[in-house]
Amino acid sequence: MDAPPTTTGTQPRGLQPETMAGASNESIELPMDQREVVFDCRELGVRYAGVRALRDVDLNIHRNTVTALIGPSGCGKSTFLRCLNRMNDLIPSAVVDGACLYHDEDLYGPQIDAIEVRKRIGMVFQKPNPFPKSIYDNVAFGPRVLGMKDGLDDRIEQALRRAALWDEVKDRLRQGALGLSGGQQQRLCIARALAVEPDVILMDEPCSALDPISTAAIEDLMTDLKSEYTVVIVTHNMQQAARVADMTAFFSVDQGETGTRCGVLIEVDSTEKIFTKPSNERTEAYVTGRFG
Amino acid sequence: MIGVLALCAVISILVTVGIVVALMVPSLEFFTEVSPAEFFTTAKWAPLFKPAAFGVLPLITGTLNTTFWACTICLPLGLGTAIYLSEYARPRARAVIKPVLEVLAGIPTVVLGYFALTFLTPLLRSLGWQVEIFNAFSAGIIIGVLLLPTVASLSEDAMKAVPSSLREGSFGLGANRFQVSTRVVVPAAISGIAASFVLAISRAIGETTIVLIAAGQLAHVSFMPGDSVETMTAFIAATGAGDVPVGSISYKTIFAVGLTLFVITLLLNIVAIRMVRRFREVYE
Ligand SMILES: Nc1ncnc2c1ncn2[C@@H]1O[C@H](COP(=O)(O)OP(=O)(O)OP(=O)(O)O)[C@@H](O)[C@H]1O
Ligand SMILES: [Mg+2]
Repeated sequence: MDAPPTTTGTQPRGLQPETMAGASNESIELPMDQREVVFDCRELGVRYAGVRALRDVDLNIHRNTVTALIGPSGCGKSTFLRCLNRMNDLIPSAVVDGACLYHDEDLYGPQIDAIEVRKRIGMVFQKPNPFPKSIYDNVAFGPRVLGMKDGLDDRIEQALRRAALWDEVKDRLRQGALGLSGGQQQRLCIARALAVEPDVILMDEPCSALDPISTAAIEDLMTDLKSEYTVVIVTHNMQQAARVADMTAFFSVDQGETGTRCGVLIEVDSTEKIFTKPSNERTEAYVTGRFG
Repeated sequence: MIGVLALCAVISILVTVGIVVALMVPSLEFFTEVSPAEFFTTAKWAPLFKPAAFGVLPLITGTLNTTFWACTICLPLGLGTAIYLSEYARPRARAVIKPVLEVLAGIPTVVLGYFALTFLTPLLRSLGWQVEIFNAFSAGIIIGVLLLPTVASLSEDAMKAVPSSLREGSFGLGANRFQVSTRVVVPAAISGIAASFVLAISRAIGETTIVLIAAGQLAHVSFMPGDSVETMTAFIAATGAGDVPVGSISYKTIFAVGLTLFVITLLLNIVAIRMVRRFREVYE
């Protein structure tokens, strides 16, 4: 059983509160790699039913940046992303090793409650997954389960505005969310994640099911979001990574002697550097399209 | 091949029509002798006595009485079991619970009937509740036990069919497992859950052996759990098994009650289908 629902605000047990709101604007002035470290992953790895899918990831993710995770299919990008808010806990066969520090606190430490982690670190999935409820109830879901009942209408409007969806849905908030287009559904899922005011937003190929216009809307949104949030995005689209990301991490697959395949982090750097003069030749081969 | 399949469909239609006709004909003859007004609005039921009385209300309330107690068991426990199996249970727990439920569903109703009569009723009495030897409560509770596996397994199927992306979406917002189950999975599966409820209620109304053995044959209007009551099914079974001459009014009474039972169940299904259409949350 999971822990009993907590109805008090957003302050999670065992996690340090995010630094005060004003800090974000200071931090964005700093060069990327000097901004506050939000995630500090040390030798992070994952096994599924004993088979290693990812190993030895050492990666820092900084505040108020957009970090893109790129790499060939099956290299463990989603697996890594799901470590950051303990979504892998939902897969019974998954075992995480190494450390993943969030504001210097180990997310996998014994006193940390996965539910509290997910309140702070929101997630948007590859396929839009709105609940079969009204638009309003979708966005209200998070605040309601977390007991943020005050000013719900305002909160929902705010979230929908941030997700650039408000104007399209303001007259039909009580209608079913499944009546929206795919792109609108995805922005609704983003609004739903924003409504609980997380500190970090994780997005796993959020645009892969969308048309170019919806994609552009969501890319703009990511750029806006980083003034207040820390964003981590998985993408297969290298132009997209180049457009939205400040930092880019390249993952690939290592073939073991026994034929085992395991995801590894090859290189992480500023997006510009990764795409123009990467230090690792595998990165270069990948970003120039000569994948080897 | 298509011909064979079409034949199957036609046969099932013919059987249904045949049943309805077989019920209708003697029932219509019955209503030429007894007015529908007397049948449906008076509360004295003595079709085999002289002078005879044909008010079916005592049988209807008897059925409602046992069905109500059956529902208090099978609906909440069935849904709870389904939520547990679908959202919480680890493979090991499932490996124990599923076979137990199957065994429960496979117990002959005659055994359950005597269990109600010779175990549950004496137990209630020893606990100081002066129920009658034959009573609606014991029979209803045991019917509920009988139907629990039906509700549990159909509701579980409905919940399992809810896409896991919805669960992930709600876990990702910081919901706990209970919230995910009750606020996302159950609403998304509501049409299947409601269907399982309706099936269970229909079966509780139609259950015969248990009520015949444990609820008694006292046709009077009572909503008291501890009272002996006669249900529609118990009347049909008991009278049909006795020696009523074919074509007599008592004989036709069986069909009139049978038709009433059929119509009630049908209405229940229609209402339920409407309700489900209205409230279900369609996914994808
Ligand atoms: N639930 C799971 N159970 C078992 N193995 C899994 C599971 N999820 C992922 N894997 C394995 O882990 C490895 C990494 O998968 P992952 O989904 O993280 O890759 P990815 O980089 O996100 O790929 P893609 O770009 O195709 O989404 C793969 O070999 C995959 O088969
Ligand atoms: Mg993936």
